[in-house]
Amino acid sequence: MKLLYFAWLRGKLGKASEELSPPPGVATVGQLLDWLETLSPAYKAALADRRVVKVAVNLEYVGAEHPVAPGDEVALFPPVTGG
Amino acid sequence: MIRVQEADFDIGAELAQLTDGRRDIGGVACFVGLVRDMLRKPEAGEESITAMTLEHYPGMTEKRLAEIEAEARARWPLEGSLIIHRVGRLLPGERIVLVATASSHRQAALESCQFLIDWLKTQAPFWKLEETSSGAHWVAARASDDQAAERWRRS
Repeated sequence: MKLLYFAWLRGKLGKASEELSPPPGVATVGQLLDWLETLSPAYKAALADRRVVKVAVNLEYVGAEHPVAPGDEVALFPPVTGG
Repeated sequence: MIRVQEADFDIGAELAQLTDGRRDIGGVACFVGLVRDMLRKPEAGEESITAMTLEHYPGMTEKRLAEIEAEARARWPLEGSLIIHRVGRLLPGERIVLVATASSHRQAALESCQFLIDWLKTQAPFWKLEETSSGAHWVAARASDDQAAERWRRS
């Protein structure tokens, strides 16, 4: 699974992207975020306030119940501020 | 048409291209967003912005902008539309974004232009990093932008 991080999430995690293989049982966006939080204190800190962590799976905004699969591109980013 | 680019754009040339050779367009509306050197909150020390860097999510940005443009064209009778959004490091006073809409009548052009910029601000994956004398800060999303977009929402 390809993970992408943008804006301050990239800064807090110290990387823009990575390939990860979540264990079986990680089937939704919410479960993926829960699992990421267990990886290190940096993930836990970056994902602490879920209200400001937006998620896109395969370029579409999704909610916590959306399914995730091994080949997906999952992007985590703060609320957008363009324009 | 959607363009995401580092380069500046020429407003006059872009608007001319939108209407070139056309005789069915009665009006063009446009919005140009600029980097503003706004004073921050007094309690934050009233810092000036020295630069702003626009980051985006290549691929999703273009897809989302195309969807927003298609939504505008479904809601209003438009003869043309254009969204140009710059990325990279910009200085105060520089242009960030151009939204232009062309229609037979002004109401469709004006309303759809406002819709496009309101939706773009809350939907397209861009993020602003402000540079000030005290360092760089990611700009937080504003509730007023959400409210501006919300009034275009259809149940």
